[in-house]
Amino acid sequence: MTVSSPISPVFDVYAIRQAFPILGRMVKDKPLVYLDNAATSQKPLAVIEAISDYYSGYNANIHRGIHTLAEEATGAYEATRHAVKQFIGAASGEQIIFTRGTTEGINLVAYCWGRQNIRAGDQIIISGMEHHSNIVPWQILCEQKNALLKVIPVTEDGELSLTAYQNLLTDQTKLVSIVQVSNALGTVNPVKEMIAAAHQAGALVLVDGAQSAVHLDIDVQDLDCDFFAFSGHKVYGPTGVGVLYGKRALLEDMPVFQGGGEMIKEVTFEHTTYNELPYKYEAGTPNIADTIALKAALDFVNATGKADIRKHEAELLAYATEHLENIPGLTVVGNAKQKAGLVSFVIKGTHPQDIGILLDNLGIAVRTGHHCCQPLMKRFNLPGTVRASFAMYNTKQEVDKLIAGLHKIIKMLL
Amino acid sequence: MITDNNQCMQASEKEIIEDFSLFDSWEDKYEYIIDLGKKLPALDEKYKLEENQIKGCQSAVWLVAEYRDGRVFFKADSDAVIVKGLVSMLIRVLSGHSPDEIINAKLGFIGEIGMRTHLAQTRSNGLLAMIRQMKNYALVYKTIRTKKTQ
Repeated sequence: MTVSSPISPVFDVYAIRQAFPILGRMVKDKPLVYLDNAATSQKPLAVIEAISDYYSGYNANIHRGIHTLAEEATGAYEATRHAVKQFIGAASGEQIIFTRGTTEGINLVAYCWGRQNIRAGDQIIISGMEHHSNIVPWQILCEQKNALLKVIPVTEDGELSLTAYQNLLTDQTKLVSIVQVSNALGTVNPVKEMIAAAHQAGALVLVDGAQSAVHLDIDVQDLDCDFFAFSGHKVYGPTGVGVLYGKRALLEDMPVFQGGGEMIKEVTFEHTTYNELPYKYEAGTPNIADTIALKAALDFVNATGKADIRKHEAELLAYATEHLENIPGLTVVGNAKQKAGLVSFVIKGTHPQDIGILLDNLGIAVRTGHHCCQPLMKRFNLPGTVRASFAMYNTKQEVDKLIAGLHKIIKMLL
Repeated sequence: MITDNNQCMQASEKEIIEDFSLFDSWEDKYEYIIDLGKKLPALDEKYKLEENQIKGCQSAVWLVAEYRDGRVFFKADSDAVIVKGLVSMLIRVLSGHSPDEIINAKLGFIGEIGMRTHLAQTRSNGLLAMIRQMKNYALVYKTIRTKKTQ
């Protein structure tokens, strides 16, 4: 059996670009080069139209109405749940809870599962490369419960020290919450192995899939993770909709998140019984339009082909890394063996912010700063980095523009 | 005297606007700002304290103020050179003026030289926070002075 998959002849980046209206615009009189995809990806026309179709064609509140519009809206909303279930390999749609995004998903677990299950002296493990949204909710929980937050150290190459991880796992460990792909370094963490180790120690695992969902094939059952959170807007979908997956038994046992409509079965002034999964966690009128449009985004990714996209992005990453490393004074931050979607770097004698400001004048959008990973930047003793992150629609020509832009800018700055 | 100073603040702004009118490309503008940043004397390390650091900037920016003979004098530094260049212009315009003049300064030159984008209220940008902090210093000195004369 061979592991290599042939490149699909249908993957045509220039045809793909046509589907994204924003890519045609100019910035500072130059064609936009959008390399800030790890912050948010651009949206294909199908997603933009799905939002507009909903509002102009069948806007209605979902689940309770018995009229035609309500039925259509409910059908479309639940169709997204089904599409997400397929997208991440969940066993059932009831395990797919719609949130505002990854951050809300993590906070939901910290609030609902954490408050019920974490006790004084318990330990929660995160890693040194976590986004603030996978640090702060656990800090709040640990402070409330007198529990301990432990941190897996990051190596010089930007990988997690798995030996240190093994040593941190004890019978006090109740939860491990780790990022699958680092938003600051691009490191792909071996979460499957880490999940197995955590389970052996009797701990649960939450996987922060904010970056990974768009780049990797996700199979939550194969990973055997207990929770998986990701955001719609990083997978070419709208902002304001995200997903929390959980194992059924956990979701059934956990107390509710917010109280209100939709999440109840029966309310009296004395007592309320709660709705079944997944509605028990979806109080109030949800973000219907954006949730419906998320399906259009996932359909678009599936139709383009995730394997082809991954191959294309890996080529861009390798090409960019090779050419960046040839720039005198430039250091790539994060040299993990497995990387996906982005490259972070610093240039000797320059500040990332200066690079970002000058690149913007060339119409090139990159991210500069600490990437919401201040502890990680501290680890590398850096004020921040410049990050170029890729999507299915980026081209080698755009990478060339970045490289040429950097050469020009360095001359201006040094 | 206050009128004189006010005119001098406007004159500094005018000079900057005139300097920038010579540039017709963004490269020239930024090279000039970068040059200003490089020429601004580094702040003594003893002032680079957290209490002097302006929060909310992607780059580190330190600002110190001194009140002498009814005027506020500023010194500043940054680890990012473009910010330092912008700061250098702010110092040129604002430093050495009375608290009232600083508080009321419109700083129209920033827009005139095409640097308004640097005032955008994003997390990454410190210029707005910098101006606010300079005006805060002026306000504090004004309050102290008013209390003393009461």
